[in-house]
Amino acid sequence: MSGSADRLPRLLALVPYLMSHPGAQVDEVAAVFGLSEKQLIDDLQLVWMCGLPGHTPGDLIDVSWDGGEILIDNADTIARPLRLGIDEASALLVALRVLSATPELAAGEGASDALPRVMAKLERAAGEGAATVSSQVAVDVDAAPDALPRVREGLTRGRRLSLRYYVPGRDEVTPREVDPMRVVVVDGRAYLEGWCYRAEAMRLFRLDRVLGVDVLDVPADPPAEAEPIDVTRGVFRPSPTDELVELEVSAAGRWVAEYYPCEEVTELGEGRLRVTLRARDEDWILKLALRLGDTGRVVSPPEMAETVRQEAERALARYAHQS
Amino acid sequence: MSRRKTERLLNLVICLLATGRPLSAEQIRQAVPGYDRDGDEAFQRMFERDKNELREIGIPIDVVRDPWEDEPGYRIERESYELPEITLEPDEAAVLGLAAQVWQRASLAEAASGALLKLRAGGVATDQPVGGSIGASIGGGALELRVDTRDPAFPALWNAVRDRRVVRFDYRGAGSESVRSRTVEPWGVVSRRGRWYLAGYDRDREAPRAFRVSRITGQVTAVGKAGAVEVPEGLDLRAMVGFPDEPADERVAVVRVRQGACEGLRRLARAVHPGTDGWDEAELAFTDPERLAGWMASLGADVEVVEPPDAREAVIRRLKGAIA
Repeated sequence: MSGSADRLPRLLALVPYLMSHPGAQVDEVAAVFGLSEKQLIDDLQLVWMCGLPGHTPGDLIDVSWDGGEILIDNADTIARPLRLGIDEASALLVALRVLSATPELAAGEGASDALPRVMAKLERAAGEGAATVSSQVAVDVDAAPDALPRVREGLTRGRRLSLRYYVPGRDEVTPREVDPMRVVVVDGRAYLEGWCYRAEAMRLFRLDRVLGVDVLDVPADPPAEAEPIDVTRGVFRPSPTDELVELEVSAAGRWVAEYYPCEEVTELGEGRLRVTLRARDEDWILKLALRLGDTGRVVSPPEMAETVRQEAERALARYAHQS
Repeated sequence: MSRRKTERLLNLVICLLATGRPLSAEQIRQAVPGYDRDGDEAFQRMFERDKNELREIGIPIDVVRDPWEDEPGYRIERESYELPEITLEPDEAAVLGLAAQVWQRASLAEAASGALLKLRAGGVATDQPVGGSIGASIGGGALELRVDTRDPAFPALWNAVRDRRVVRFDYRGAGSESVRSRTVEPWGVVSRRGRWYLAGYDRDREAPRAFRVSRITGQVTAVGKAGAVEVPEGLDLRAMVGFPDEPADERVAVVRVRQGACEGLRRLARAVHPGTDGWDEAELAFTDPERLAGWMASLGADVEVVEPPDAREAVIRRLKGAIA
């Protein structure tokens, strides 16, 4: 909200905010509006120049920020914020619907009945248009995985968890000790975020891949460097040090570019694609290439292409000699 | 937007809100600083632009045409401008704070935080950290919920759904080698597991259809007027996108599995019968032999599909394809 095009909407929210929070501090208000203190004071100076027609001192808005405490007066005309736009209201309404579709996660005792109440109030405040639009957007949420109650217990009681976690890339189940920190729901799927003692790092564990959970009699005590993972750019984020693999896929193999984050995607015509992605480990690429079969192939590195060929031959040998 | 212009617009809003009776353009020109110095034509252009800008940010400007006056009058009706009085209980405010963080990409994330800001400006206390009552119920102040709208086509589709406008776009069907133009009456958008779908009436096919948004190539163009799309009463968007609650007819495959391998497969198997030759035999439920074959091929030499024959053939074809 710091761009100049957003300035008028911001001022029309700032004035009512200051009216309803008399004596608010410059630093607090700046934080609420996502501004630097300097930008905020610039806004206040602008507001101070405005007011009712006539523009005599008695007509102008009166703002002061002595000692960091903001006081505003003579701004009754714009004392209430502008009503919610359809986009604004429906963005919130759809998000609330997503929350209510996740009752096992969002709802404790209080939240489950707060949701319908707040939706009703918001719909009333926003008017019919927003309610209609928001009903045209649906977000599907997976059912709560079996592991959730135990994970939640670990979180509320602040206990370390012992997990049996399935890693599909390596197709194995690994034991993990984790200090739970949050539950994160991204795109309809629930993850446990916590400090993993095996990896000695923060990790996200997809809850439907947690095969077993025990709440240990050890207090959760994540190290100071345990910072939440930024999931704003997706959960599956390969490391920049992972090896680059180049694949060519036919139209029937295009799903690869839709499912995995790719470094580069080039159209080759007739629906074919060249995709470059980072391989978390070799086994993952091997499995992907075998799955693709005749709908895709590894271009580079050549050793990887050779590994795929050899494994396919070994597998095929079983079909030639048996049954 | 220059500082001077922001000042002028703010003064214009205050002027139009404060006036009891509609003001003519000329009266506004006299009353609002920033207009007075310009020539007539320049003023008219400027005033038109200003009105449009105010309308774009959602400010309702009434145009009143009095039969006794030559010029129309302008004002902003307080009731249609102001956010209605809204008070939230602390638990409601906490839920709303959580909801405002759900969206990940610019357009909707900005809309949600803009809405939250207006509500806070209106005196609603939503400033508790996320660890409010929801956080407490899940434990330790810890729940984050995110929905991504990364597809480039998403914002245009959202606008089309909102404005009920027909859209046209190029689309590549699943596995298709060619791209075709589609004209669609958008009924809604649906997200499932991070993938967005557009549901609507496909004018070319003359039937309701769902489109994976990520398969739209290039620009989405709105065609025709806003409000032209009629969304059917009682429409079930999720059903249109085709998520059956019950899986279709299930078949069973018999698969030999190397001992000590294929944890994931064993977990999903209906039954695993231990063998004596280093191989176990697993029964897997499936509906689509091609999907099953993809999965089995990915496990390489650790599995062998024994039956049914169509699934076995599909695996062999894939493996041969991986060698070629």
